[in-house]
Amino acid sequence: MTPPRFLNRWLLFAVAVGVIAAFMDQDYYYTLLNFIGIHTLLVVGLNLLLGYAGQISLGHAAFFGLGAYTSGILTATCGVDPWLALVAGLAVSGLAAFLIGIPALKLRGYYLGMATLGFGIIIYIILNEADGLTGGPSGLSGIPSLSLAGLAFNTPRRLYLLIWIILGIILAMSANLVNSRTGRAIRALHDGEAAAESLGVDTFRLKLKIFVWSALYASLAGSLYAHTLNFVAPSSFGFMFSIKLVTMVVLGGMASIWGSLLGAGTLTVLPELLTVFHDFEMVIFGAILMVVMIFLPRGLVRGILDLCESRRYKRQGGRISF
Amino acid sequence: MEIFAPLLQYLISGLTNGAIYALIALGFGIIYNATTIINFAQGEMVMLGALCAISIYHLAPSLPLAFAGAVVLVTCVGLIFERLALSPVKDPTPIALIIITVGGAVLIKGVAMLLWGKEAYNLPPFSGDAPIHLGPATILPQNLWVLGITAIAVAALEAFFRLTLVGKAMRACAYNTRAARLVGIAAGRMVQLSFGISAALGAGAGILIAPLTLGVYDMGTMLGLKGFSAAIIGGLGSMAGGVLGGLVLGVAEALATGFISSGYRDAVAFLLLLLVLFLRPQGLTGGRK
Repeated sequence: MTPPRFLNRWLLFAVAVGVIAAFMDQDYYYTLLNFIGIHTLLVVGLNLLLGYAGQISLGHAAFFGLGAYTSGILTATCGVDPWLALVAGLAVSGLAAFLIGIPALKLRGYYLGMATLGFGIIIYIILNEADGLTGGPSGLSGIPSLSLAGLAFNTPRRLYLLIWIILGIILAMSANLVNSRTGRAIRALHDGEAAAESLGVDTFRLKLKIFVWSALYASLAGSLYAHTLNFVAPSSFGFMFSIKLVTMVVLGGMASIWGSLLGAGTLTVLPELLTVFHDFEMVIFGAILMVVMIFLPRGLVRGILDLCESRRYKRQGGRISF
Repeated sequence: MEIFAPLLQYLISGLTNGAIYALIALGFGIIYNATTIINFAQGEMVMLGALCAISIYHLAPSLPLAFAGAVVLVTCVGLIFERLALSPVKDPTPIALIIITVGGAVLIKGVAMLLWGKEAYNLPPFSGDAPIHLGPATILPQNLWVLGITAIAVAALEAFFRLTLVGKAMRACAYNTRAARLVGIAAGRMVQLSFGISAALGAGAGILIAPLTLGVYDMGTMLGLKGFSAAIIGGLGSMAGGVLGGLVLGVAEALATGFISSGYRDAVAFLLLLLVLFLRPQGLTGGRK
């Protein structure tokens, strides 16, 4: 990636966000864009873990839920400042990821998948059962909106600006991270743990760092979600949502920052476009997971690009090089 | 003695659920031994078993027919699943296989929801529902059916793996696939067979539990996860481990339901799973490395 192209992408992103904010005036689209933004935050974080570091989490909705509920409980029940609650959410999720990560990341493959899944289900059950604290299955309402210097983010358009500016910063941070020394170490870890270790990478610390990092993204998304809806209920943070997040990563492309935006965008818009989608939701998500992983394991966009690339090289009679 | 009466009752319901978990755990173990794959869609076979049996029973009210028909149908689903979803995978890394089988599970569940809707269906117990009094506790005939059929299934499997040529070939593949191929065992066939047997075991578990819990499209996920927990708690790939893990899990859950709160029942199962994973990932019986 050459620097000028790199800069242009970000410029394009900023201009697109600005143009939409200037010319669009339908709240419905802003609401949709807000969910795309929140989902993208989650998916970028999960992609760092799953796509780049090659470590699976089948319980990522738990960190999303921890962020959302910490924000919700602290602001609605205790009257804490929303920004402070957001930071508290980050602390809670980060700590939970750290504590669960230490034993869990020693496990590999299926065992790690199962441990994160178990953790996700336990958090989901606690959100449902601890009704004195969380409001139980019927949820927690009365969560105030975020505000900055007297300006409350209480309309879809204002929220849109807030969420997408934060998303832009997070995307830039993530792109920077994966292109840094740490990013190269993460990819080495993905390709071979023993090889990475022989090159002096402390793989366990690195895995833990990425795990906590991706939990922090999820927590941030959760807090924004709570302050966007002004309401949270456990059903948003169940096993199926964790699977949806994995689907978004897989569809957008493993190890692709911009693919995360595509995956989250597609799977957020699709249910809105197709009213029949609701009944077929599970069938479609399941089919996407299977078909993409079987035939295009590097994700939709990368998979198609790879196919075109190898065709072109074959036509030119050359060998495929990377 | 006051604590003893409910204790026995919890033990009975715990062992019944535990037997179901054990059947599912064995299914996980058989596929794992043949392929080192964890088939996250195993729980959906349980659900399909229950719902197919219920549908067949509605067409022709005969329980043996419903049982046999459902097992055959679900075995076919298991075989087709292996052909369509797992054999075409070019790069079978654990992550890819987790995602594919989880996708398969969600797909099967979605199709079941379209076919059967969201209602829960009832299957009559195999031999009436007059409770049998056992000291201070009562036991339903269906509990005995569950325990009895599970015991028979485990014994039959053990005999199959120890005594028949095909069973021995499957064990050889589990031990060393390449060496098994060298002595002329068709390893691919053994993989298919393992998916068939696992699906049949799952279906059996679903049919057995349907009269106790009703059959509904989303029953499979939790049962599958608990079956997998049981397999890991006991030691993945070990037959005795799967049975032990299932029973331990079932009893622990029943005790937690009785003495703590029914809401946290599922949390106990997964807490136990995390403890075993973190402290003794090879499982209670040791299992394979």
